[in-house]
Amino acid sequence: MRRRLNWERVASVVLLSPAVLATAVFVYGFIGWTAYASLSNWDRLLPDLSFVGLSNYEKLFANQRFQIDLRNTVVFTLVFLVACLVIGFVLALLLDQRVAGEGIFRSIYLFPMSISFIVTGVVWRWLLNPGSTELGSTGINSLFDMLGLGFLKSGWYTDPKIGIIAVAIAATWQMSGYTMAMYLAGLRAIPEELREAARVDGASEVQIVRHIILPLLQPITLSAVIVLGHISLKIYDLVVSMTGPGIGFATDVPAYYMWDTTFRGNHFARGAAIAIVLLVMVAVLIVPYLIRSTRTEAEL
Amino acid sequence: MKRMLIVALFVGLLLALLPMTASAQGTVACDDEVVVVKDDWLAKFADKYFGNPYAWPAIMAWHNKAAQADPSKFPDKIINADLIEVGWTVCIPSTEDADAFLATYDPAKPEMLYAAGASGQLVVGSWWTAGGEAEGLNGMFSIYKTRYPDVEIVNATVAGGAGTNFKAVLKTRLIGGDPPDTFQLHAGLEAEGYSPETYLTPLDDLYASEGLEQAFPPDLLTLLKAYGDHYWGVPVNIHRSNVLWYNKAIFEANNLTPPATWEEFVTVADALKAAGITPFVLGTKDGWEAGHIFEDVLAGTLGAEKYNGLWTGATPWSDPGVTQALENFKMMLSYANTDHSAHTWDSAGEFLIAGSGGMMIMGDWTDGWFTSKGFTGYGWAPPPGTRGIFVALSDSFAMPANAPNETNAMNWLKVCGSLEGQEAFNPQKGSICARTDCNPALFNAYLQSAMVDWGQDAIVASVAHGAAAYESWATDYKDVLTLFVASGDVAAAQAGLQQACVDAGICQ
Repeated sequence: MRRRLNWERVASVVLLSPAVLATAVFVYGFIGWTAYASLSNWDRLLPDLSFVGLSNYEKLFANQRFQIDLRNTVVFTLVFLVACLVIGFVLALLLDQRVAGEGIFRSIYLFPMSISFIVTGVVWRWLLNPGSTELGSTGINSLFDMLGLGFLKSGWYTDPKIGIIAVAIAATWQMSGYTMAMYLAGLRAIPEELREAARVDGASEVQIVRHIILPLLQPITLSAVIVLGHISLKIYDLVVSMTGPGIGFATDVPAYYMWDTTFRGNHFARGAAIAIVLLVMVAVLIVPYLIRSTRTEAEL
Repeated sequence: MKRMLIVALFVGLLLALLPMTASAQGTVACDDEVVVVKDDWLAKFADKYFGNPYAWPAIMAWHNKAAQADPSKFPDKIINADLIEVGWTVCIPSTEDADAFLATYDPAKPEMLYAAGASGQLVVGSWWTAGGEAEGLNGMFSIYKTRYPDVEIVNATVAGGAGTNFKAVLKTRLIGGDPPDTFQLHAGLEAEGYSPETYLTPLDDLYASEGLEQAFPPDLLTLLKAYGDHYWGVPVNIHRSNVLWYNKAIFEANNLTPPATWEEFVTVADALKAAGITPFVLGTKDGWEAGHIFEDVLAGTLGAEKYNGLWTGATPWSDPGVTQALENFKMMLSYANTDHSAHTWDSAGEFLIAGSGGMMIMGDWTDGWFTSKGFTGYGWAPPPGTRGIFVALSDSFAMPANAPNETNAMNWLKVCGSLEGQEAFNPQKGSICARTDCNPALFNAYLQSAMVDWGQDAIVASVAHGAAAYESWATDYKDVLTLFVASGDVAAAQAGLQQACVDAGICQ
């Protein structure tokens, strides 16, 4: 019996080792390599890996474009997260009323998630194209014109102040269906008896949502924040296809700058430094979640 | 049963992990291998082994075939029949193989002597994916095909204006040791971005053997040798960056002539505005267009000599002329379509075609683009202040240091530099020849006028297209202008341009 167990243990180690090895090399090894490159003097195509300490980071944080990028990331993440959560939650609540044709609505809201950010970017580039005063409005702006709501017209992604919000709108359109699906699953898991009991106690529907449903959905909200948060920190493809870095870097993001400075400007060390900053930002979001979930698993 | 399954999985895994066996390259049998000593030459070997000095092509062809099949054993190919170096090991065919070769050998087809010239691949990397430029590239391909019919041309293009996407792919391939055989490179200091002393092959010998130094004008040769005093690419064309395009019908209707000075620009722009037309159209979506227009503004404000000085450190970026250039650019932007950041240069150009935009500044590929759109009502002039200045850029082809099919690549570069190749390429691409001996009758009216200017103007290098400055500097320059277009802050932009020059190691 004991021999057999050992044999299986050996086999499992042998079978797992390629995956472990590949992850160790291709994920953690390369993270280490990037971290080292970010501390090096690699500023041309030809690698120069002499150590220069943190000077790349100092220059990076002093760089005006990168400061704009960080601001854009924060604004994008806030707008995108809040909008996705609110819209997703409201859609889920509405669908949870057992409306006729629920399946159709569910699919419609969920479909945007199934297309790639590239496609979303192209579509929204046209929808949010501001047109110009001289040549007439296009996209959503011309819709506003037709409805007599001209005051709502905006420069969208060509406005340096709100450009990044226009990108967040496109991202929200794509991902709010996903939060809806998560919330809907969560809502369906709440037993009807709880709401019934609250109603018997005289709670209004608003009170039920506020005091019963929202607290019970908290784990779902947390998962959604983690998933959407790391998408928003890493966002690249949507920006590339929709706007590029934009006027005055209105829609530039760190991932785009990383690509631009590395492969266009040959500042490989600076690109690596941006990559590490991105990694740290995502880690700040994800690591506590991972620790928490492994702990919960251990308790189970 | 379970154990068997595990064993089977284990074995399968081992098999999967086994390294791929080396690709089966046929070896070429040598009857003898001889090490070259002083005073050896091919005819001498031919005489010794076959009793016939005129049988040397058989040795050359056979050796090159062997070198192709087994480069570790025969690292040196015979490129020039009159040049074999002491210490080379040369593969000698058997008498039968030599006779068989000589029976089919045609001296008019020198490619038969180069194993790779007769077969294998030629991987050509470029960003020419569509329209006239792709047609021009195909024109050169077909010349290559007739000369080397057995070579398979692999067209490794990556789309994206000004080659930004292509360059990113290329750089990873170069660092990763998997380069194409030849690739598109802007002539000039852009070569620095590829660390040419490590990753590229200097082409000085090719220039000498093909007589290219006599074929290209001296200004272009200076540009081509700008980095490290070596030739890194063979130019196929010349484009002009500073062209002001205008809608002829609009100008005629309003009784206007294209502005030659900045004051005239204001007058013309005001007149167009009063007529309800957007005076100046541009697109800045892709990030490089503002830098492109500003280089023409710089040249038009500072003049050729001071403009050149900006890139060598002779003119400081704190010069009042740069301030004036930024003011001029800002003035131009005040007449531009407000949604320029939503447009690329060509989608903005649609306004000019449609008659709602009056003028635009863009390189002379615009001429080919207008033609492809079926639009003929356009006129051209040098932008304000740049009469007599030709802001030039040139596409060239370079060869990586470890190109897999070196001989094929060399043959390709010969086609690129040849009159036949340039005459096939340029009328399609909408550019003028880098060579001075192309037949003007092949070109349209715009290009003929550009050829005249190319012959008489002061030639300065474009920065937005890789000629005037290192790519890292050009990128910083472009970033400053992207900010300037939004902010209009002249002082900040000038400080940024100065800083970019310092970062590039040119200014103090």
